[in-house]
Amino acid sequence: MAAGEPRRVGYLYILPAFLVYAVFLLIPLLHSGWLSLFDWDGLTPGRWIGLGNYAALVDGEGVIAAFGHVAVLLVFFAALPVSIGLVLATALHRFEVRGLAFFRTAFFLPQVVAMVVVAVAWQRIFSPDGALNDVLRAVGLDGLAHAWLGDSSTALLAVGVVGTWVQTGLATVLFLGGIGKIPGELFDAARLDGALARTEFRAVILPALRAEIGVALTLTVIAALRTFDLVYIMTPLGGPGGSTTVPAYEIYHRAFQSGQVGSAAAIGIVITVLAFSITFAITRITGGQRA
Amino acid sequence: MKKLAFAALAAMFVLAACAPGSSGSRPVNRQAGDVKKDVAAMGQVTLTIWDQEVRGGQEKQITTLNEQFQRRYPNVRLNRVPRSFDDLRSTLKLGLTGNDAPDVVQVNNGKQDMGAFVKAGLLLPLNGFARAYGWERRFPEPVWRLATYPDTGDVLGEGNLYGVPQTGELVGIYYNKTILAKLGLQPPKTWGEFDATLAKAKAAGVLPIQLGNLDKSAAPHLFTLGMHRFGGPDEQLGLATGRPGASWKTEANRMAAQQLLDWVGRSYLTPGFAGLKGDDSAAKFTKGEGLFHVDGTWLMPDLRSSMHDSVGFLLPPPQSNGEVSVTGGTGIPWAIGAKTKNPDAAAAYLDFITSAEAMKVQAENGGLPVFDVAGQPATGLQREVFDGWLKASSSNAMIPYLDYATNDAYEVVTGGVEQLMSGQLTLNGFLDKLQADLDASHGGR
Repeated sequence: MAAGEPRRVGYLYILPAFLVYAVFLLIPLLHSGWLSLFDWDGLTPGRWIGLGNYAALVDGEGVIAAFGHVAVLLVFFAALPVSIGLVLATALHRFEVRGLAFFRTAFFLPQVVAMVVVAVAWQRIFSPDGALNDVLRAVGLDGLAHAWLGDSSTALLAVGVVGTWVQTGLATVLFLGGIGKIPGELFDAARLDGALARTEFRAVILPALRAEIGVALTLTVIAALRTFDLVYIMTPLGGPGGSTTVPAYEIYHRAFQSGQVGSAAAIGIVITVLAFSITFAITRITGGQRA
Repeated sequence: MKKLAFAALAAMFVLAACAPGSSGSRPVNRQAGDVKKDVAAMGQVTLTIWDQEVRGGQEKQITTLNEQFQRRYPNVRLNRVPRSFDDLRSTLKLGLTGNDAPDVVQVNNGKQDMGAFVKAGLLLPLNGFARAYGWERRFPEPVWRLATYPDTGDVLGEGNLYGVPQTGELVGIYYNKTILAKLGLQPPKTWGEFDATLAKAKAAGVLPIQLGNLDKSAAPHLFTLGMHRFGGPDEQLGLATGRPGASWKTEANRMAAQQLLDWVGRSYLTPGFAGLKGDDSAAKFTKGEGLFHVDGTWLMPDLRSSMHDSVGFLLPPPQSNGEVSVTGGTGIPWAIGAKTKNPDAAAAYLDFITSAEAMKVQAENGGLPVFDVAGQPATGLQREVFDGWLKASSSNAMIPYLDYATNDAYEVVTGGVEQLMSGQLTLNGFLDKLQADLDASHGGR
C-alpha cells in the first residue's frame, strides 16, 4: 500500500469528530424525523400517524405562506447581497479606493453585531416616529411615512431590507478577498485588449470569483432559510396579518406553545431537506472543476 | 436486498412500539387528613423551585419571602431556579417530564400550559392541601376557578385545583388626570360619559386613547373592553374559558368589534399604532401623550413612579344592570410537580408565600396582593387599583384573558383583532375566525 492511499486507519482519525457530530447532530436529526411521524403534544403518549404531519403541511395555508415568505427573504438575504457585494467589491478594487481597510470593516460590521441588537435598532428606525419616517417627512414625502412594521404590505419588505443590510457586508468582504487573489496580469491583458469595465467584470472577475460566489450564496441562503430572531423580534407573532411568518417561527410556535411537536419536527425536516438540496445545487453549479 | 428490507420493516415495528411521551398513572388527590403540616418535623428537605418572579418588585418580594421561610424552617433548603416568563414557559415541559423534575413550579393558567400538564398527570391536585390549610377562605371563587381543570385538561374553571396565585391582575383604564382636568371633565362613570369624553378629547386636539399594537398584545384589551360593555358575564366567561357551545357570533360581540372599528375610524387611537411597540406606547402615555391607556395592573409600579399623582385607574363603566364586567386574573399560579418526593413541604411553601403576611410583603413591593387588599396601606394610584381588585375579584363578572380558551387562542385572538383593525378582516370574518378556532379545539386534537 503506497503512502497517501486511503487506509482503514483513516476512519480512526475522524472518529472523535464524527462522534461529536453524531451525538449532537445526526442522532437529534434522526430523532426529529422519528417524532415527525407522530401526533404528539410533547407530554402525553404520541399517536403514530405516518406521514400525516407532512400531508397536513401541504394542506395548511399557514405553512405554505411561511415558505412563501422565506422565498421572498431569499431574494433579500441572498440574491441582493451577492449582487450588491459583487458591484461594491469590483468598484472598491477598480478605483483603488483609499482606506480600503476602513470600508471593509464598515461593510462587515453588521455581521459582527448580534442579530437581536440589529433587530431592536431597526425596529426603532421603522417605528411610526422613527428615523425613516423623520427623513421622509424632512424631504417632503409625508405621504410615504407610515407604520412600516405594522402594515402587512410592507412588514416583510422591511425585514428583508435589514437582511440585505446584514448580509451585503459578508458578500463584499468575501469577494474583495477573491479579487485580490486574481493575478494582476489578467487585468493588464484585458485592458490591453481594450476591455471596458463591463467586459472586464464579465471576463475576468466573475469567473475568478465562482468559488467565492458559491460560498457567499451557501451562507446567505442558509441564513435566509433559518431566519428567526430578526423576524421574531421585529414583527412579533408572525407580523401584521401573519405576513412575516417563517418556517422557523412556525416550528417554535408549534413545539413550545401550541403543543404540536410532531408537526414542528416535520417542518424542521422539510427545511433541512430544502437547505440540503439548495446548497447541493449551488455547489454543483459554482464548484465545478476549479484549479 | 430482501433481507435488508425485512430488517428495516422489523425495525420500524420495534420503533413504532416506542412512541414518544409517557403514560404515567394519575397523581393521587390527597385527602386533607393525610396532609402533614409540621414542616420542622420533616427532616432535611430540599425543594427545587422554578419561578419567573424576576422583575423589580417581584424579585424582591420572593427573595424576602424565601429568606423568611428559610429562617423559620432551617431544615428545608430552597433551591430557587429563576427564569424569565418566556424561558420558563418553553422549558417547563422538559422540566416536568424529566427525572429530576422541580417540586414547585409556576405554571400559566392556559389550556396549552396548565391544562396540558394536568392532562399528562404532571401536576398534583391541591384540593386536600387547600382544605387542610384553609385556602378556600383566602381565594374568592372567581380567583380559585382560574387554576382548576378536570383530568382531561380541556375546560378551565372546572374540576380540581392545581395552583395558587400570589397576586391579582386587572386590565383597566388608566387616565391622565392633568389632561382630564384641562378638558374640564370628571372621570367617566358610565359608558355614555366615556364616549363623550373620547369625543371631547378628540375635538380639543388631545389623543383620546394611547395604543401601541406592534406586539399585538394591547389591542385585544380594547376589544374585550367592548365585550365588557355589551356582553353578559356568563356569555363572556364561556368564550374566555373555551366552554363547548360558546358562540362568538352574537350581537354583543358584533357591537364590541364595531366599537373598536369606530374608534379606528374616528382616529381615537395613536397614529401608526400598528407599528408602535406596547412598551413605547406606555412610555408615551407617561409623557402626557394620550388621555386614556387601557392596560394591566402590572404597569402600576412603572406608571406611579413616572407620573406620580397625575395618573388614575378606572374599572370599565358598569353595564346597564349596574354590574362591572372586567378582564381580570391572577399572577402566574404556583403548582406542585407530580414527581416531587416532598409534597407536604412543597404545600407548606405554597401556603407560606400566599399567607396574609406574604400579601403584606407583596403590597410593600408594589404588587397587587391577590387577597387582603383592603387592609394594606396604600395611596393614590395603588389605592385605586387595590379598590378595583377588591370589587372585581369577588364579582362573577371578572372575565379571564381570552387566550386561555384554546391552544391557539392567543395567536388567533391577537392576530384577528390586528387584522380587523387594519381592514384585512371584515367584522364577520373576524368573528368567524375566532369561532373556527373554538370549534377546532373541541372537534380536533
